[in-house]
Amino acid sequence: MGLFKDSNLITDPLADNNPITIQVLGICSALAITAELEASIVMSIAVLFVLGVGNVVISLMRNIIPSKIRIIVQLIVVATLVIIVDLVLKAFAYQLSKTLSVFVGLIITNCIIMGRFEAFALANRPWRSFLDGIGNSLGYAMILIIVGFFRELLGSGTLLGMEVLGNPIDKTGVYAFGYENNGFMLLAPMALVTVGIIIWVQRSRNEALIED
Amino acid sequence: MEHLELFFKSIFIDNMVFATFLGMCSYLAVSKKVSTAVGLGAAVIFVMAITVPLNWLLDTYLLQDGALAWLGEEYAQYDLSFLSFIMFIATIATMVQLVEIIVEKFSPSLYNSLGIFLPLIAVNCAILGGSLFMQSREIPSLGLALNYGVSSGIGWFLAILAIAAIREKIRYSNVPPALRGLGITFIITGLMAIGFMSFGGMLTGGADSGKSEVISQEAIQKIEKEVEGIVNNSNN
Repeated sequence: MGLFKDSNLITDPLADNNPITIQVLGICSALAITAELEASIVMSIAVLFVLGVGNVVISLMRNIIPSKIRIIVQLIVVATLVIIVDLVLKAFAYQLSKTLSVFVGLIITNCIIMGRFEAFALANRPWRSFLDGIGNSLGYAMILIIVGFFRELLGSGTLLGMEVLGNPIDKTGVYAFGYENNGFMLLAPMALVTVGIIIWVQRSRNEALIED
Repeated sequence: MEHLELFFKSIFIDNMVFATFLGMCSYLAVSKKVSTAVGLGAAVIFVMAITVPLNWLLDTYLLQDGALAWLGEEYAQYDLSFLSFIMFIATIATMVQLVEIIVEKFSPSLYNSLGIFLPLIAVNCAILGGSLFMQSREIPSLGLALNYGVSSGIGWFLAILAIAAIREKIRYSNVPPALRGLGITFIITGLMAIGFMSFGGMLTGGADSGKSEVISQEAIQKIEKEVEGIVNNSNN
């Protein structure tokens, strides 16, 4: 049962303790790349890797890191993991790494990672820290994928590059009835409004989360 | 002229918060009161003015492809740019610690107003983002790098000042309960970002956007002709 008693570490961040909508962490690099679903998914996988492995590494070293220089130690651990992610992306998905540009590097200062290191990995055993890392990055991934889904669907009428609503030039699918893509969804500000609406829906469903 | 252009471009058009979403975490967390927002904003300007030129030097004389040529010809073949993340973040973290120590020693009053924000800044995405954009946009000289650091910092400062002022006022408004706090802040930031997008035509007097419109019109016509051609061919 030891394996399952910590399962709340994975399920909590998916809903009532979501890193983006409740803890307000990791917004920095999350919003700019959500105009396409594919970029959102790749970014989520990158964060899953960095946070999962990073939490374990920090947790293993938690008793030997002097607290005065812990921020620098944490940054070096994250930076090393992010370099691995960046080089892998450049090798296997070069076009995508161009789209993500500096935002892969900005995983280093993604507050979600430093936040979980500080709040969890420095005080817990490696296995629990690993679960916490996976849980939080899944919560982060969930918001990213929801935002990316709506922005790509409403903004360019595609999902993962496939034309699910028909072709706007040939006027097939829904475009035959005069539907137009809302190009506004592709612009940066709409990512913020979309996240705002997600927060609105979530807090309307669970009144305990409302701030005063 | 070059300096002036970069200055206004980094403050308004490429504003750190509204165009690229950098530094959003501290922007949302520390914008409940105007006074604390001013403190954090000033600290960001200060740290960016130091770290961006420093990282420019690192990038130009150490990390870029062939940057080591000044050591001798046999070093010209090395490309250390894969190390830039770790070098930049190490510079930023140490500079923040150094600045904290120096300010504490020489100006206790400034330390009292800035001090608590300095550790926060090491993990502020805007700082690392400034250095990474400096690298990817290939800023050509040290002076321009300094300019870029200061003006991006000012842009961030303006953004957090504006949102803090709005949040102080909005406390007296009747916001739907579920949107209170974080939700409404997100939506207001979105609206502000739309406002800042209108600065896009400022430097070019709108000429640039007009041009791209003409090009896209041409592209559309070209695509239409091609489609017609294909349709005609298949009919034949």
